[in-house]
Amino acid sequence: MIEIVSATRCVECDICVKVCPANVFDATKDGAPVIARQEDCQTCFLCEIYCPTDALYVAETAEGPTGISEAEVEARHLFGGYARALGWKRGKAGGSQFDPTHRIRVAQ
Amino acid sequence: MPKTATAARSAPERLHLTADVLVLGGGPSAAWAAVAAAESGATVVLADKGYLGTSGATAPSNTGTWCVPPGDNRHAVVERRWQRTGELADQRWMLRCVDTAYRNLLQLSEWGYPFPSEDDGRLYIANLRGPDYMRFMRRRVLLAGVTVLDHHPALELLSDGDAIVGAAGIGRQIERDWRVDAKAVVLATGGCAFRERILGSTGLTGDGYLMAAEAGASLSGMEFTGKYTLAPHGSSLNKGLPFRWASFHREDGSAILGPTGEPLRNGIGEREEEVARALIEGPVYARLDQAEPALQGWLRQGQPNCFVPYDRAGIDPFADLFRVSLRAEGTVRGTGGIDIVSDDCGTGVPGLYVAGDAASREIMTGAVSGGGAVNSSWALASGWWAGKGASTHARRRGGKAFRNEVRPLGQAGLRPAASPRADIAAREIIETVRAEVVPLDKNFFRSGAGLEKSGERLESVWRDVRDHLQGEGVERIRTREAASIAAAGRWSVAAALHRSESRGMHRRTDLPGKSPTLAHRLVLTGVDDFRISGAPERLAELAS
Ligand SMILES: Cc1cc2nc3c(=O)[nH]c(=O)nc-3n(C[C@H](O)[C@H](O)[C@H](O)COP(=O)(O)OP(=O)(O)OC[C@H]3O[C@@H](n4cnc5c(N)ncnc54)[C@H](O)[C@@H]3O)c2cc1C
Ligand code: SF4
Ligand code: SF4
Repeated sequence: MIEIVSATRCVECDICVKVCPANVFDATKDGAPVIARQEDCQTCFLCEIYCPTDALYVAETAEGPTGISEAEVEARHLFGGYARALGWKRGKAGGSQFDPTHRIRVAQ
Repeated sequence: MPKTATAARSAPERLHLTADVLVLGGGPSAAWAAVAAAESGATVVLADKGYLGTSGATAPSNTGTWCVPPGDNRHAVVERRWQRTGELADQRWMLRCVDTAYRNLLQLSEWGYPFPSEDDGRLYIANLRGPDYMRFMRRRVLLAGVTVLDHHPALELLSDGDAIVGAAGIGRQIERDWRVDAKAVVLATGGCAFRERILGSTGLTGDGYLMAAEAGASLSGMEFTGKYTLAPHGSSLNKGLPFRWASFHREDGSAILGPTGEPLRNGIGEREEEVARALIEGPVYARLDQAEPALQGWLRQGQPNCFVPYDRAGIDPFADLFRVSLRAEGTVRGTGGIDIVSDDCGTGVPGLYVAGDAASREIMTGAVSGGGAVNSSWALASGWWAGKGASTHARRRGGKAFRNEVRPLGQAGLRPAASPRADIAAREIIETVRAEVVPLDKNFFRSGAGLEKSGERLESVWRDVRDHLQGEGVERIRTREAASIAAAGRWSVAAALHRSESRGMHRRTDLPGKSPTLAHRLVLTGVDDFRISGAPERLAELAS
């Protein structure tokens, strides 16, 4: 579930408000978006990869939050982890041309 | 300091647009329908509950397609696949689908979608990485001149008495009602995941089924909702592929055995049955220890989202045992949906077309799941046909479309049959439905007696929904979703009771084995008062 919007990393572009398919965030007048409907989050990790500054963290549990702190996410280098694995950078798509899934299908 | 939302909270004027074709949905089938309709010269509006590019089942996933190159060999490939469908699929549709899907995959490559290459340098077009594919499709839809309304769920269809002439809904971020008058509508609203927390499920509440049924369309294959997929326990990652190379263990460490008495080393496909049986008894743990080091690397790189839960929880899934569950997938990896009656994906209701998971995929994949290949090709092909069909209908109807008085068709969750009651709430309704259609011992393994009991409970939930459930403003999205989930659950259990045999993912413990008299599809017609009839070649009938 979405757990963290890092106010220090966020540049207040409101892209996450627009792209979250579950409409979880609300924009604010004076700062970073807020997690307004956490319960609706579908744990798809897509907001993370669209965020230009890796300011969002979605924890692995889908039924409820884990309570993880921003400090721990930062210390474990978890911000932007999924984007790096895909090859997306600063909110821009990339890396699909290196997808080795065809090798998995052969093994299958 | 509390922060204040900037979205306008006053109720502005309603948005009223006119178009030739209105596409409802924002997944691949909606995107292809919108592009196809726009290419034939239609003006097109696409309204999605979420955001075109991230919403639906494809965007968070990595979908393998059923990619069959042209040539005579196709017939053999289709025939082989048909053998696995429990005799319910239709080879003519399967062939049409692989042909059109292949053409559209080539189209994607011509447009510049960054496909990976095989060792010999040829592009590998049989796999579409969800986030990249859907972001790319958003751009194609916009380039085609389509008006895109994100976060604009449809609540109901509009009819002029002769045909469907549009839809109405609400812009949920601006809290403004919308209405689009259109000469034809494509329902590409996806399947019903019964609010299970799986990838892409948030918007997949079966809204299209209820809207179509209210308009007079039929459904088929609703009994085939017995598909579940493994996921790390408590996660949203219902992707079976890595479990192809796993071993499975009980709490006491003992191995779960396969049908031959050997330890299970593959947990997908038919082997889900052994895992399901063990899960009914107690917790199950897995380890991806059947994957060679090279394969481990490909899995990590090719299916990165599968590893997000492990990495974040600090688990090495190739070495450590971790707890797993089977996630219910409703009609998303099941096959039920709106019945198609013509080659252009018409529903039999003039002006109403259907594509992707909103449609029944029985003609493509029968009683077995189309996940893993068939469904994404079906979205590519059916989206295309529905978009073309809708634009042709729009052209034929011309100025006749908006002459009569227009009536909104929405009932349950919008306009209750009796007085609204505040104690009938969306959340509780969904929980009650889930208690009947999610548990493994009720829905993976089914029995006549169990289905009867579930049926009674779902009838009573449905009566409450029909008579008393109502919301105001954006709350209507939730009441309508609850109504759609209640309707889909009720139809699914009724169809499962009707199919007195076992076939594919419909497993009746009291009636194991196929019955030759039921080697045909079941078609369900009506909302409140519905009937189920056999469809021994309904399509042929309609065509003759
Ligand atoms: C984890 C996972 C992995 C998968 N992997 C594969 C695979 O490898 N191969 C394969 O063939 N298939 C796979 N599938 C299935 C495949 O993803 C679907 O078949 C495909 O996404 C269907 O496309 P669609 O456009 O019909 O529906 P979806 O992509 O589900 O989109 C439905 C859309 O409808 C919108 N919507 C819903 N209600 C409304 C409303 N009331 N108003 C407006 N819009 C609405 C939603 O917001 C959403 O945008 C997988 C599915 C899952 C969940
Ligand atoms: S997308 Fe990232 S940077 Fe932009 S508002 Fe959201 S959290 Fe902040
Ligand atoms: S994980 Fe998905 S649903 Fe959850 S906040 Fe991010 S984009 Fe929205």
